[in-house]
Amino acid sequence: MSVESLFPRLEALLPKVQKPIQYVGGELNSTVKDWDEATVRWALMYPDAYEVGLPNQGVQILYEILNELPETLAERTYAVWPDLERLMRAEGVPQFTVDAHRPVRAFDVLGLSFSTELGYTNMLTALDLAGIPLSAADRGPDDPIVLAGGHAAFNPEPIADFVDAAVLGDGEQIAIAISEVIREWKAEGEPGGRDGVLLRLAETGGVYVPRFYDVEYLPDGRIKRVVPNRSGVPSRVFKHTVMDLDEWPYPKKPLVPLAETVHERFSVEIFRGCTRGCRFCQAGMITRPVRERSITTIGAMVDNGIRESGFSEVGLLSLSSADHSEIGEVAKGLADRYEGSNVSLSLPSTRVDAFNIDLANEFSRNGRRSGLTFAPEGGSERMRKVINKMVSEEDLIRTVTTAYSQGWRQVKLYFMCGLPTEEDVDVLGIADLARKVIQAGREATGSRDVRCTVSIGGFVPKPHTPFQWAAQADHETVDRRLRELRNTLRNDKQYGKAIGMRYHDGKPSIVEGLLSRGDRRVGKIIRAVWEDGGRFDGWSEHFSYDRWMTCAAKALDGEPVDVDWYTVREREEHEVLPWDHLDAGLDREWLWQDWQDAVNDVEVEDCRWTPCYDCGVCPTMGTEIQIGPTGRKLLPLTVVS
Amino acid sequence: MAQRLRVRYAKRGRLRFTSHRDISRAVERAVRRADIPVAFSAGFSPHPRISYAGAAPTGVASEAEYLEIAVTRPCRPQELRAALDASLPPGLDVLDVVEARAGSLADRLEGSLWEVRLPGADPAAAEGAVKEFMTAGEVAVERLTKKGMRNFDARGAVASLVSLTADQDDHVEGGPNQSCVILRMVVRHETPAVRPDDVLMGLRLVADFAPPSPPSVTRLAQGPLDASTGEPADPLEADRVGGDQ
Repeated sequence: MSVESLFPRLEALLPKVQKPIQYVGGELNSTVKDWDEATVRWALMYPDAYEVGLPNQGVQILYEILNELPETLAERTYAVWPDLERLMRAEGVPQFTVDAHRPVRAFDVLGLSFSTELGYTNMLTALDLAGIPLSAADRGPDDPIVLAGGHAAFNPEPIADFVDAAVLGDGEQIAIAISEVIREWKAEGEPGGRDGVLLRLAETGGVYVPRFYDVEYLPDGRIKRVVPNRSGVPSRVFKHTVMDLDEWPYPKKPLVPLAETVHERFSVEIFRGCTRGCRFCQAGMITRPVRERSITTIGAMVDNGIRESGFSEVGLLSLSSADHSEIGEVAKGLADRYEGSNVSLSLPSTRVDAFNIDLANEFSRNGRRSGLTFAPEGGSERMRKVINKMVSEEDLIRTVTTAYSQGWRQVKLYFMCGLPTEEDVDVLGIADLARKVIQAGREATGSRDVRCTVSIGGFVPKPHTPFQWAAQADHETVDRRLRELRNTLRNDKQYGKAIGMRYHDGKPSIVEGLLSRGDRRVGKIIRAVWEDGGRFDGWSEHFSYDRWMTCAAKALDGEPVDVDWYTVREREEHEVLPWDHLDAGLDREWLWQDWQDAVNDVEVEDCRWTPCYDCGVCPTMGTEIQIGPTGRKLLPLTVVS
Repeated sequence: MAQRLRVRYAKRGRLRFTSHRDISRAVERAVRRADIPVAFSAGFSPHPRISYAGAAPTGVASEAEYLEIAVTRPCRPQELRAALDASLPPGLDVLDVVEARAGSLADRLEGSLWEVRLPGADPAAAEGAVKEFMTAGEVAVERLTKKGMRNFDARGAVASLVSLTADQDDHVEGGPNQSCVILRMVVRHETPAVRPDDVLMGLRLVADFAPPSPPSVTRLAQGPLDASTGEPADPLEADRVGGDQ
């Protein structure tokens, strides 16, 4: 049975909302497939505003891969802003996809990609607007399977009541496998109904269905155990790892929006995974091992992506892009190829060393040398040992000296505040470092025209990292340290004017911490916040700390736990963590040992260049490090114009 | 710079919700996709030399938008038309391309012909309101602009305004058995610019005429105002025949 387009009804509302173009679809390279010719239909949602969600690589990749399957179609949906939400409620217009404006409830799967936990309330808005019951337990045969993915899905417990299933890790192959399970189940006449298909998915061992697991608690509030409540359901669910990125060169047809979005460029992932071992970094822990895309595939993807999209900027993405084994050749090859063409290249996420200046110089060959960004993350030598960010002050000063002397005028430094074992002096160390950077810059250039900006984020302990046991710093401490740092910089007559400081207050980090390491009881808080009007929690103008705290106090009334218990409490070694049954391949004993090493300032090397230190991922997942060099070169293309 | 080309394009259907900035980004990307040898400005941050004249507001469809592209080597207008059209999303459609010969295109855009569809509106009430409006010497309206609320006259710039009743067959949006009033108006481009929604506000002020659903507005033409027809003529004609007066 076909579904009607909601567009005529939506169209009447669009003149009354801000930026209506974000709701109309029609992007270059978007796909609208025939509804009746598909048997498995996915609605893919990035649970934030279109301007943030559209550029998301994960959604674009899955959208393209699913639409390539003959019997499957995929459309996209995003969070609508409160102005349109009000009108949709008043006029009874349900949550729609932007591709063919079909109602989300008509799809078989609603797949949500959570890069951050702050999208949870937006998921509830979408479900509610779609007419899908918020609780998975209340859903019937006409409701889609609500499926969570993305990094936040490595602990989906806080949203366990709202999602039917979650998948961990790379989505390419598992999305296809899920489509196949649903197709077969439908072809057989949907045996067992909703639970029937969820059971089939759970039995694969690669899809987590929270409802099939019971959580038991101890009297003091800690988790006693998490156990399957029916046969056939595995006790552990594993993440997915795509092992040959050259076989998955997506996006091939990048979406080009009409509306302005946060990233106006074509991005190529040059590798996945990172084994630098920064202890705060969840991405680096859960995406192991390192798998590189070859230089030739990167070159072909860049060429194709520019032709297909018309973007003028290309970003080479990864968790630490300069670590690609052939990054020098990639940079030079691309810079040669696009010299004089007004195509610009960018390399986010670089590390602190002189080699990166060479790369930046290649990328700015026919452009300007404005700013370079480095991330020492910790303000003192000791702090950087704790987090295993192996950058010495000497490295940093040498690097920025090179940068300034080669014409770069601005250096941006990223730090975190609230790290485990941190003391005031560690944060004030940021000021010392910034002063030395300016001093080095003035000496190198003989000019006072050099600047340094320090940008500071609040640290949030994340699941599946060595810091998963750590106490999060309370927001008063974070705010006080940042205030002192700001005053120190302001009062510095010699260097203060050359140093800029950007930071946020510590309160949002507490809510992020609650959602990151929460268990199923936190779901009640999310629901209460949403019912109280909570939306777009990633946006400071919409976020309300007080609302979260008030709702948490009410929702947890009578429980032996509170917000502090979830955030500023240190866990002991054998406490059952809410995500212990979800397996990212990391050996729990290794994580604990690494946590102990952190406290004792012991560093660990990168396993790409030193022997394996048994983090556990490769043997558990049956994967291995895949890096070059391949020795191949990028050939110049025949340029048409 | 070897040549300048003048492009007439339409923004249709759902793409009428594009803003002027959205369109300029889309055109820059389409130019790159189509391998058009666009000229770049000199200086610190070079940008493609594409200029826009008289863009219709966000939410308003148009059959007559104009832009001018400077290229570094001569292009055949018809080839450029096809290449640019193929590279733009459907709904931004390239209708005509000519080589610029002389004069300023913007100067030729003296007025616009607008069509405003008002589904569900009462034809007799519309007729009456139009008469009131046209006989008034001045109709002061206000609009919220970036600089705050502005007061200005909406009547003076309106060269003509007529009210018609739509043929039921060619208009499905309002549904069957629903009347649809069509306003056709020629509005001179003056400062401050008077837009069709300003005229609609004027109709409400002079005769309390308020359509029951949002209007659907399309610019049908813009160009030099033809004294005999009272409507805008083709502004690219002067380039086709080889020069302005």
